Amino acid sequence: MTLQVESRSATISEDGLPVEELIVNVGPSHPSTHGVGRVVVHLDGDVVVKADMIVGYLHRGIEKMAENRTYLQIVPLTDRLDYVGSMYANWAYCRTVERLAGIRVPERAEYLRVITCELQRIASHMMGIGSAAGDTGATTMFMYAFDVRDRVIEFFEELCGARLTYNYVRPGGVSFDTPEGWTDRVLRYTAAVRADLDEMDKLFFGNSIARGRMKGIGVLSAEDAIAWGASGPTARGSGVVWDLRKHDPYSVYPRMEFDVIVGDNGDAYDRNRVRLLECYESARIIEQAIAQMSPGPVKADGLARLIAPPPGDAYDHIESARGSLGVYLVADGSPRPYRMKVRSPAFCNLALLPVLAVGHTFADLIVVLGSLDPVFGEVDR
Amino acid sequence: MTLEELQHRLADLSPVLAPLFSLEFGDAVIGVEHDKIVATAEELKSIGFDRLGMVTAVDRGEFFTMVYRLQSRSLTSAIFMKTKVDRDDARIDSLCGVWPAANWQEREVFDLFGIVFEGHPDLRRIMLPDDFVGHPLRKDYDDPRVIKRPDYI
Repeated sequence: MTLQVESRSATISEDGLPVEELIVNVGPSHPSTHGVGRVVVHLDGDVVVKADMIVGYLHRGIEKMAENRTYLQIVPLTDRLDYVGSMYANWAYCRTVERLAGIRVPERAEYLRVITCELQRIASHMMGIGSAAGDTGATTMFMYAFDVRDRVIEFFEELCGARLTYNYVRPGGVSFDTPEGWTDRVLRYTAAVRADLDEMDKLFFGNSIARGRMKGIGVLSAEDAIAWGASGPTARGSGVVWDLRKHDPYSVYPRMEFDVIVGDNGDAYDRNRVRLLECYESARIIEQAIAQMSPGPVKADGLARLIAPPPGDAYDHIESARGSLGVYLVADGSPRPYRMKVRSPAFCNLALLPVLAVGHTFADLIVVLGSLDPVFGEVDR
Repeated sequence: MTLEELQHRLADLSPVLAPLFSLEFGDAVIGVEHDKIVATAEELKSIGFDRLGMVTAVDRGEFFTMVYRLQSRSLTSAIFMKTKVDRDDARIDSLCGVWPAANWQEREVFDLFGIVFEGHPDLRRIMLPDDFVGHPLRKDYDDPRVIKRPDYI
């Protein structure tokens, strides 16, 4: 695809100088796009007049591939949607399959899903804040965040052998029970992680340069957040109290005590800080879940290897690190889905970029993009 | 709110929508004619379904089923809006005027299914390159470069 440059003519400004709209292409392979996305930015001086977000560079046709695979074979495909939060897509997909096929999940498996997904939230938010900070030049913050993230990844490696694409949540349960001493190590981690988060809060969110870069940038009103279908920290940063764990409770979340973190101003600062504060809540949930969990099976009994749900359609969703992640499946009675659709929160949130970036400088466009925390595997599918 | 409560509330709030309500596999569904989609969406929005969660389509052979999922924070509930679109004349009114969230999601459906959204402000392909031929999520889409998986099971 070639860059289409519209014909443009110079106009004469008040000072008698020729003024021309400048078109700058960012990406598709640019460190600040957090993946392979492209923004065609129209600039008036240094101010963005129009930003056209072009996605699709990572489109692998996962929804089409799913039509040609059995229900169990699709789980590894869902890993490759949101590759910094694979557990979520695994879980959202498995919930829909369980709803279609009427599979009951053992309680311990539900607890393990909650624990791994909350650990994943810490890892994913650290990736989001760390790379958003790295974009603005706060490289120290990037290193600190990745240290916290990497310790979570090591827990996952111990649990299921993989560091990025876990294939851990399966229809009817999870693939492995915890190894010896794993929960104690997780508890030691959640006890220690709060100090790290406090330090990051001071280091980055208390820093006057970082505040200057993020405060008042890309302001999203609560009405716009709802109208544009924004979810997750992007919506909550604007003060929209909307968290599926609380407002459409699933799994064992009703037994957990936690707060929904919301921002006030809806700017890049609030969106990023909501992510950091949510990590404290995740640590709280993990501790409660480990305390409540009792030994038992982690897979549903007597589950057929070839799941063939009766004809029908179902939708189920979970609160991922990016927002409401839903999977819509249409079954036709065969062992393969007739249609799979992933409702991707990153896709819906990213649609806001052209709206939020207008009127800001070119450098602030990067801050806005970072604060939306897109993962292009999930945007493009 | 349970589905029964939602059904009663809907009967109170909107006499137009109540007869269209049905339950399908544990989900609340409003089935509409494809030419009444914008009016129905506006009616649902006015009674509290303020978020457009998902827009997608399913290829059913002779026709496409358009599937919209709406969420309501005030009713703590969700509802599907489904309509049939003719395969030979695949066009439907855009919901961009009701929810801007429809913008990218309708572009995706246009790209992968070839359904034209009338009144959409910026109807272009979004996932695939502009010069791509065909709409891959249609069941009759055939690409000779794609290697078919043998039917083991």
